[in-house]
Amino acid sequence: MPEGPAPAPVTQRLRVRYAKRGRLRFTSHRDISRAVERAVRRAGIPVAFSGGFTPHPKISYAGAAATGVASEAEYLEIGLTEIRDPARVRADLDAALPPGLDIVDVVPVRAGRVGDAQPRAGAFVDRLEASEWRIRLDGVSSDDAAEAVAAFMAAGSIEVERLTKKGLRRFDVRAAVSACELDRRAAESADAPCAILRMVVRHSTPAVRPDDILTGLRQVADLAPPSPPLVTRLAQGPLRADTGGLADPLDPDRETGLPSGDDAETARGQERPQPGDAASVDAVSA
Amino acid sequence: MPVESIFPRLEPLLPSVQKPIQYVGGELNSQVKDWDEAEVRWALMYPDAYEVGLPNQGVQILYEILNERDGVLAERTYSVWPDMEAVMREHGIPQFTVDAHRPVAAFDVLGVSFSTELGYTNLLTALDLAGVPPTAADRTDDHPIVIAGGHAAFNPEPIADFVDAAVLGDGEEIALAITEVIREWKAEGGPGGRDELLLRLAASGGVYVPRFYDVTYLPDGRIQRVAPNRPGVPWRIEKHTVMDLDQWPYPKKPLVPLAETVHERFSVEIFRGCTRGCRFCQAGMITRPVRERSITTIGAMVDQGLKESGFQEVGLLSLSSADHSEIGDVAKGLADRYEGTNTSLSLPSTRVDAFNITLANEFSRGGRRSGLTFAPEGGSERMRKVINKMVTEDDLIRTVTTAYENGWRQVKLYFMCGLPTEEDEDVLAIADMAKRVIRAGREATGRKDIRCTVSIGGFVPKPHTPFQWAAQCDHETVDRRLRALKDALRGDKEYGRAIGLRYHDGQPSIVEGLLSRGDRRVGKIIRAVWEDGGRFDGWSEHFSYERWTTAAEKALADEPVDLAWYTVRERDEVEVLPWDHLDAGLDREWLWQDWQDAVDETEVEDCRWTPCYDCGVCPTMGTEIQIGPTGRKLLPLSVV
Repeated sequence: MPEGPAPAPVTQRLRVRYAKRGRLRFTSHRDISRAVERAVRRAGIPVAFSGGFTPHPKISYAGAAATGVASEAEYLEIGLTEIRDPARVRADLDAALPPGLDIVDVVPVRAGRVGDAQPRAGAFVDRLEASEWRIRLDGVSSDDAAEAVAAFMAAGSIEVERLTKKGLRRFDVRAAVSACELDRRAAESADAPCAILRMVVRHSTPAVRPDDILTGLRQVADLAPPSPPLVTRLAQGPLRADTGGLADPLDPDRETGLPSGDDAETARGQERPQPGDAASVDAVSA
Repeated sequence: MPVESIFPRLEPLLPSVQKPIQYVGGELNSQVKDWDEAEVRWALMYPDAYEVGLPNQGVQILYEILNERDGVLAERTYSVWPDMEAVMREHGIPQFTVDAHRPVAAFDVLGVSFSTELGYTNLLTALDLAGVPPTAADRTDDHPIVIAGGHAAFNPEPIADFVDAAVLGDGEEIALAITEVIREWKAEGGPGGRDELLLRLAASGGVYVPRFYDVTYLPDGRIQRVAPNRPGVPWRIEKHTVMDLDQWPYPKKPLVPLAETVHERFSVEIFRGCTRGCRFCQAGMITRPVRERSITTIGAMVDQGLKESGFQEVGLLSLSSADHSEIGDVAKGLADRYEGTNTSLSLPSTRVDAFNITLANEFSRGGRRSGLTFAPEGGSERMRKVINKMVTEDDLIRTVTTAYENGWRQVKLYFMCGLPTEEDEDVLAIADMAKRVIRAGREATGRKDIRCTVSIGGFVPKPHTPFQWAAQCDHETVDRRLRALKDALRGDKEYGRAIGLRYHDGQPSIVEGLLSRGDRRVGKIIRAVWEDGGRFDGWSEHFSYERWTTAAEKALADEPVDLAWYTVRERDEVEVLPWDHLDAGLDREWLWQDWQDAVDETEVEDCRWTPCYDCGVCPTMGTEIQIGPTGRKLLPLSVV
């Protein structure tokens, strides 16, 4: 069996924050991974490939929001065979993806790692200590939701059951939730009567997912939304001791990263939603 | 009048269905045109699940051609899975398009592409969900015109009650011609309503409108005649043939789905038609003559298609791709162009000869190497003479030996079971052939890990082929022969473990046979099956043979015919066949002669390289074979 030529080495690694919005929240992780591979090719980004019989592009994902869950903060890492301006990659990749899969931020992995053929997958994932979620419950009044949240937060532990790949598992959902509040302002300006919850949930094993928390809310307060909740991950990152909110997990790369060009700074400053900024912090408190 | 999107009502329900992404649209290169600016609006349907329907070339080509025109809008719709159907019925959501989620009933035309007859029940589901009466006669001026196309439309009689019209052959030009007729009729204010529009379409000669033809039957159940029932309607309806494929280089912007689909590649048709003359092959008969796309157009289409889609694989489609007169240059040119880019090339339909290995070697230069498939179709030399598959066992052994010598470890061999005149030993010969293949591979390489997979399909006699008169083999016989073949392979100590066997049981083929050669009376069976819950008959997990036999018994209780009459009965030369008024260009006498030659085990050469044998297509249709070589080369593209 003939072997192909040795693959070109990775010379630059980029961390990418992307969003899945609107109807594209119904994409599965596999759907996204195919879409990204194709977008990378369409955009002409010099992605590195693994060697071997069936070469695969070097794109790795840090977790993934479930099918049906929207997200403003998903992360992937891509290995390139040539150095590229991250701002340009952000624009090109975003243009090549279908609307709704949007590239929010691209940051080069800090200088010390450039040239490493082996991505150290663990390192970045470890920064993603928790997620901030927004859960919109249509047809639920803010008062009912507030009561349920209060009961939930007051409880010492709340055991729920979920069918996982390893069978039916029973675990506590309360401990993972470091903050949970009602966003009354957002609910009032919504197009239909609803309650909007915002919460910070630590990543743990087994993972506590928004639907587990809804199960918990039903258990402690009989909160039963009449239609499926609209769940959005707003942010992922390290838990901040000061505010209880989340820090940007890409900041450590930015601080020591390669020069990424003025465009990148501008684009970031203008477009990147800041999960911990003043606009959203009111709903998240420790 | 604006037509509202049903998406806001659909969206909250999506979390409760399997693979919701298939219902949301938003594919790369999909289009949403302004509703009110369009004068003619097409809904294009592929009557199977999204994952099967989305890659369909026919739908993608028409979608693009129609949307390119000013004042014309085309959107797509696919069959929804039963879980979604239940949700839609519960919440009153109509059949919708995935592009702008508009209700199908709001369109002027619903064009349905039938690659297989097993999609007929899915048509009824879609019509019913759309709020369009399943019976064409019950529709009013407010309902879309339902037009069937695709290969199965060469005998649309079983669905004659459900469709308003059917179109035979290549869709590019006729879809635009139909659009013009509708545009004019609408501009005039729709004079005469639906009936007048259908009459205008029928009078053009290129559109079959079943309601304008009466079928009468003989006391024994055979058809007496099919005749127009009003003036201005032609006696025969001809198929459409696009003569210059270079003028129709579609798809230019292939649809790239988010959902996983059955073909994840960019496909380019490198030619249409086939004159190899395999007697079982309906596609080869009804798509004549051969029309090649030029090497330069192929090269440009591949380049543009890959850029527009980001696909990693290119498929060179046709009925026998290695037969393109410049396939060697195409293969080498593309392999050169995409070397080092991790782009793989595939040639889905190939013939059995050593040249294929050369091609396959070119195609796998990029590193990826898919399996090699050959289709001897018949296990014995005699069987292959009957079906006019001119491959000797020695040819095959030479070819696979070359393949194994070139590094392939596995080949796939495709056969059919239940062919006309077939005996048990013809099927058992497949086992001998497979063993010889393994032996040749082991000798050529000195290795033990040589494998071959034998894949077997049930033969179904199809309209417009020499086997249209043949008795279909009953499913008990097919199953018995396949069991015997399985025993012969499994019991072999030396080779058994190196040979894989894939086959399906014979019952679905009987239903496909009923639908393929059925007449208008079969419509009652289809409706009864659908009413009994029949959906997705092409999927084994949804197919129920019993449902079909029960429905057939009930629906045909007052008729002198039954399921067996439609399937396992041989027809004689003078019998009027349900599709005799539909003209694929093939001369009926030639087809009959070819059927007699089949029984006599006489082969017919390919007319591309030997003199014309008068199948009738070219003179009838005013067409001719269009093959190269053009002598041009596929130039490497400049790097951008």
